Amino acid sequence: MVVISEKKQVVVPGDLLSEDQSSAGDGTYVEDGKVYSLRYGVFEKVKGKLKVIPLSGKYIPSTGDVVIGKVIDINFSGWNTDINAPYYAFLRANEYFKRVDADELSRHLKIGDLILAKIIQIDARMRIDLTLNEPSLRALRSGRMVEISTTRIPRLIGRSGSMVNMLKRELKCDILIGQNGRVWVDGTDENVDLAIRTIVKVDEEAHTSGLTDRISEFIQKGKEKK
Amino acid sequence: MKKEKPDFIVDGKRLDGRRPDELRPIKIEVGVLKRADGSCYLEMGDNKIIAAVYGPREVHPRHDQEATHAIVRYRYNMAPFSVEDRKRPGPDRRSVELSKVSRQALEPLVMKEYYPRSAIDIFMEVLQADAGTRTAGINAASLALADAGIPIKGLVSACSVGKVDDTVVLDLMKDEDNFGQADMPVAVSRGKITLLQMDGHLTQDEFHRALEMAISACKDIYELQRKALLEKHSKISFAEDSAKEEGT
Repeated sequence: MVVISEKKQVVVPGDLLSEDQSSAGDGTYVEDGKVYSLRYGVFEKVKGKLKVIPLSGKYIPSTGDVVIGKVIDINFSGWNTDINAPYYAFLRANEYFKRVDADELSRHLKIGDLILAKIIQIDARMRIDLTLNEPSLRALRSGRMVEISTTRIPRLIGRSGSMVNMLKRELKCDILIGQNGRVWVDGTDENVDLAIRTIVKVDEEAHTSGLTDRISEFIQKGKEKK
Repeated sequence: MKKEKPDFIVDGKRLDGRRPDELRPIKIEVGVLKRADGSCYLEMGDNKIIAAVYGPREVHPRHDQEATHAIVRYRYNMAPFSVEDRKRPGPDRRSVELSKVSRQALEPLVMKEYYPRSAIDIFMEVLQADAGTRTAGINAASLALADAGIPIKGLVSACSVGKVDDTVVLDLMKDEDNFGQADMPVAVSRGKITLLQMDGHLTQDEFHRALEMAISACKDIYELQRKALLEKHSKISFAEDSAKEEGT
């Protein structure tokens, strides 16, 4: 077993982090009064709490998240959607932004359609309810979607949106980011092509410094090629 | 043509020149499959194995799901070309058993309660076999689990021990397995044994020596596994350096 002392470093599951069990935070577990890592990720000390932020992993839904879902099934009361999580999420007909008759559900959202929705409730059995009933939420009719790792979403957004705003500005694209690792892009074909390549690059190089500069350089080069 | 039993130990060296307590060379690479949530390619001597982890994800068929915790599914499969005589493809009695014991070797480490009603699927393909595929598979699968970001209490390391020509030897190769007197695969995690099987006969004294040998070898394997995981991350920072050079 390996003892970890330095701040901010990569740890693997089972690494001993501390002998003080009161400091155990997210991504850790306590056994025999000692704190061990539960995940393959980056070890950090935040306000006296030991945390391991995973480097990879599935999206775990939480209430209030805005996600991009894909309709996979329609029944009498609403739409079942895949939100790239361990569980499907359900959009009830009365959470659609306008009134829908029970026999006309498939006229509004078909199987395969994408929606930008918000998670309003998760129960103990991990049944997830979505809503479209907010001004910023809607069905995504045009445009394209890419999937990246959920752990890279904060990097793609950047500090108070710096990265995504730069992408929108430079590429003249409409970009929507779901917390579940899905990114939707709309604009002219050329711009969307470059935007998707850029987003994939952010995904691949998320854990490096000076990324914003390198990305804007990447975009300039991509524009010149056209 | 049937092979004859060779002399296993000559001048204290084994068929491939190893000492009795020496492992075969191990090569590990993590994150080799793009579409899997976690994956690992592993070579242990002439064993070549690839493991993939998917999940946690929705359970199909639905009646298999558990309301309080995730289910773990493990599939051990040998490619038809992995052995000298072509193996009939598909699951057989042997691979069903190995799937079960391998799953049980890993399951106690997985925090299943974190993901009720879901499934964690592990697929383990043997591309080339040379004895000890279940232990190599467990090594690869535990790394694939970590790579998938699944919360586990620790990595699992496994290797086999056995007896040939009345000598206790570590990490049997094919001929030693086929013509030897005993074979015992062991999996260890955090100092605890999660798999122990035995085929053949060992005296009580031999058993204790063999077990000790296997546990100490598992510690060496653990270090290699840990290094392989950290290396995957170092690749990322390496990409940063080269990008910086490009930039200037």
